[in-house]
Amino acid sequence: MESLSVTHLTIVILLLTFLYFLFGRHRAYSVAKTNGGLKGMHSLPSHYGTLVALWCAIPALLIMVLWKLFEPAVVDSLLASSIPDAIHAQGEKSVSLYRNEINNAVDSGKIDSLLDPVKQATATRLDGLQKNATLGLFVLVLCTAIVLGVLALKRITPKLTARHRVEAVIKGFLLLCASIAILTTLGIVLSVLFESIRFFGQVNIFDFVTGVKWSPQTAIRTDQVGSTGSFGAVPLFTGTLLISLIAMIVAVPFGLMSAIYLAEYASPRMRAIVKPLLEMLAGIPTVVYGVFAALTVAPIIKDIGQSVGLSVASESALAAGLVMGIMIIPFVSSLSDDVITAVPQSMRDGSFGLGATHSETIRKVVIPAALPGIVGGVLLAASRAIGETMIVVMAAGLAANLTANPLEAVTTVTVQIVTLLTGDQEFDSAKTLAAFALGLMLFVATLILNVIALIVVRRYREQYE
Amino acid sequence: MSDAAKEAFDALTETVGRVTVDDPKMQAENVDVFYAEKQAIYDVTLDVAKNEVVAMIGPSGCGKSTFLRCLNRMNDTIPSCKVSGNITLEGESLYSSAMDPVMLRARVGMVFQKPNPFAKSIYDNVAYGPKIHGLANNRAELDDIVESSLHRAGLFDEVKDRLNAPGTSLSGGQQQRLCIARTIAVSPEVILMDEPCSALDPIATARIEELIDELRENYAIAIVTHSMQQAARVSQRTAYFHLGKLVEVGETKTIFTNPSHELTENYITGRFG
Ligand SMILES: Nc1ncnc2c1ncn2[C@@H]1O[C@H](COP(=O)(O)OP(=O)(O)O)[C@@H](O)[C@H]1O
Ligand SMILES: [Mg+2]
Repeated sequence: MESLSVTHLTIVILLLTFLYFLFGRHRAYSVAKTNGGLKGMHSLPSHYGTLVALWCAIPALLIMVLWKLFEPAVVDSLLASSIPDAIHAQGEKSVSLYRNEINNAVDSGKIDSLLDPVKQATATRLDGLQKNATLGLFVLVLCTAIVLGVLALKRITPKLTARHRVEAVIKGFLLLCASIAILTTLGIVLSVLFESIRFFGQVNIFDFVTGVKWSPQTAIRTDQVGSTGSFGAVPLFTGTLLISLIAMIVAVPFGLMSAIYLAEYASPRMRAIVKPLLEMLAGIPTVVYGVFAALTVAPIIKDIGQSVGLSVASESALAAGLVMGIMIIPFVSSLSDDVITAVPQSMRDGSFGLGATHSETIRKVVIPAALPGIVGGVLLAASRAIGETMIVVMAAGLAANLTANPLEAVTTVTVQIVTLLTGDQEFDSAKTLAAFALGLMLFVATLILNVIALIVVRRYREQYE
Repeated sequence: MSDAAKEAFDALTETVGRVTVDDPKMQAENVDVFYAEKQAIYDVTLDVAKNEVVAMIGPSGCGKSTFLRCLNRMNDTIPSCKVSGNITLEGESLYSSAMDPVMLRARVGMVFQKPNPFAKSIYDNVAYGPKIHGLANNRAELDDIVESSLHRAGLFDEVKDRLNAPGTSLSGGQQQRLCIARTIAVSPEVILMDEPCSALDPIATARIEELIDELRENYAIAIVTHSMQQAARVSQRTAYFHLGKLVEVGETKTIFTNPSHELTENYITGRFG
């Protein structure tokens, strides 16, 4: 009921806004008539219309948002006096229970269903308060919209710099959008940071960073024995490193060679077909890669391994790494292709002009010139590999083995975060909080990689501008 | 083009002046060049003599670069480009199957319009050619080649303290001299230059022109230029191109003081181009 009226109010404001736009434009035309035509006006009529519309809409909407933010707190404090002293005496918990009951009754419109007359009285009062609040909101917002709109209309003169003002509002709006993205990121980082700090209150940070045993099962009941939990993150990071390394060993050569082929040898028609196909690799859902890795690649590796007498786990780092490498080929190839193509033709001509062959030119002139860009692409691919989860969950297992043997099962940071947070959990247990600590470390690692990649790529850009 | 000039051009079937020389380094005979369907060069015959600078002038788009690029088969890198006719270097045909275009370009070097140093150090820019052709047996020999090439390009004194700085850190004129040094380093027999000074300021230009004059002692040089003054200053023979045809060839002095063909005269006197 309540949210509906806010919706209604918004629609009314938007309609008003549109009307004011028309009024503003119309008024601009009539002002223009008495001032020697449109040429005498600073801005176009539609600018004046927009400015009036903005005056009508923005303050009104702002008031509405602020009102809605503070309304619950105000209503709550007003309601406090209607809650019987007996309940207050029982403490915070009972008060909030009592409030919930009343709120539910009012929200569902079933005040009569409350049997206790005291509760009924409170509920009636809450209902009244809310209705008054909504009414107040309506009146305030509509008055603001109408009054400010009229004032803005009155201010339309040939000198009013409507165009600049509209420009400024647009700029502000864009800035707002940009900052929302940034603030969200900041919020994520901070929440991860704070939860991690809570985790490090329970587990020594030194043990976490240097410990080699990962078994996050903590006791659920105090009388349980044997599962105190140990949070040594080293096996997870070595697992991540091992799988990413395998992935890069696959992705870098294949990606680079495809990029060279595409940029230097492929005919335009070939390029038009192959490039999108290659880039499609990045668009395949990772869970599909996971299935492929777990059900196709892993068994093949196991069979091959056994036929030459190696013992291969049915879930192995190799399987996950290989498939992940294929997945990130386009990160390497697409960026490398771009930078190789961006190497000026004149540089190739210079090399050909000295009697170099095509492949000499590529190896000794083009690739060195494109190298910073290529390195950037490789680093981006690496940070993608480090963050990848699904393939590893499905193909590399969950066992936190500390090993450099690609034929064994390993697990990674991201996979452990997932397992820590799936299923039922207490929100403040060390086990749950460990996920934040892992997330933080992962975030820092990929951030560093990305920053390096960006710096390298930028330096490359500067060279050719 | 005036009507009279147009008539003169249409009537043009044979180049005015002597296109051959007594002691040719390179000879081009009846060369036609097409970019896909579009013909860019019509039946051009021209010799490049030893120890001489031949300048190619003409309005832009008349095919000077195209013709120059035939002389070391740089046009091979443009897929749509087809060359016919006969071009020889010391009597060997350039477009015969026995000729390796890669080796040819080591013998007929090229300096481009815009300085195009590699993304390498000054030293490595010059050492690049000798390295890929195996001209040096050891580091000391390579050092020698680099130093003498830089010397002959008149750049050594300016860069001797920073041979490891990137080639791109030099000024435009220095970069162009670096490119010349790079070309000299593979000991070519002929040097082709396509408007080598068009991106440079007058002082750097004067420096390069001096250099060209010195290089003439050891190399045959063909230079394309849009500046008639430059052609007059550096060349011994001048060839005037117009819309893909070679209109007139002669002693540079004669061409600039007493041109025979109407089109050449129009161009020299600045009536168009
Ligand atoms: N790569 C190319 N593809 C197609 N046409 C070209 C190409 N290069 C040059 N041309 C054409 O050939 C003609 C001669 O060009 P060019 O040799 O560059 O002239 P110039 O160097 O005398 O200014 C021009 O009409 C030009 O448009
Ligand atoms: Mg040209």
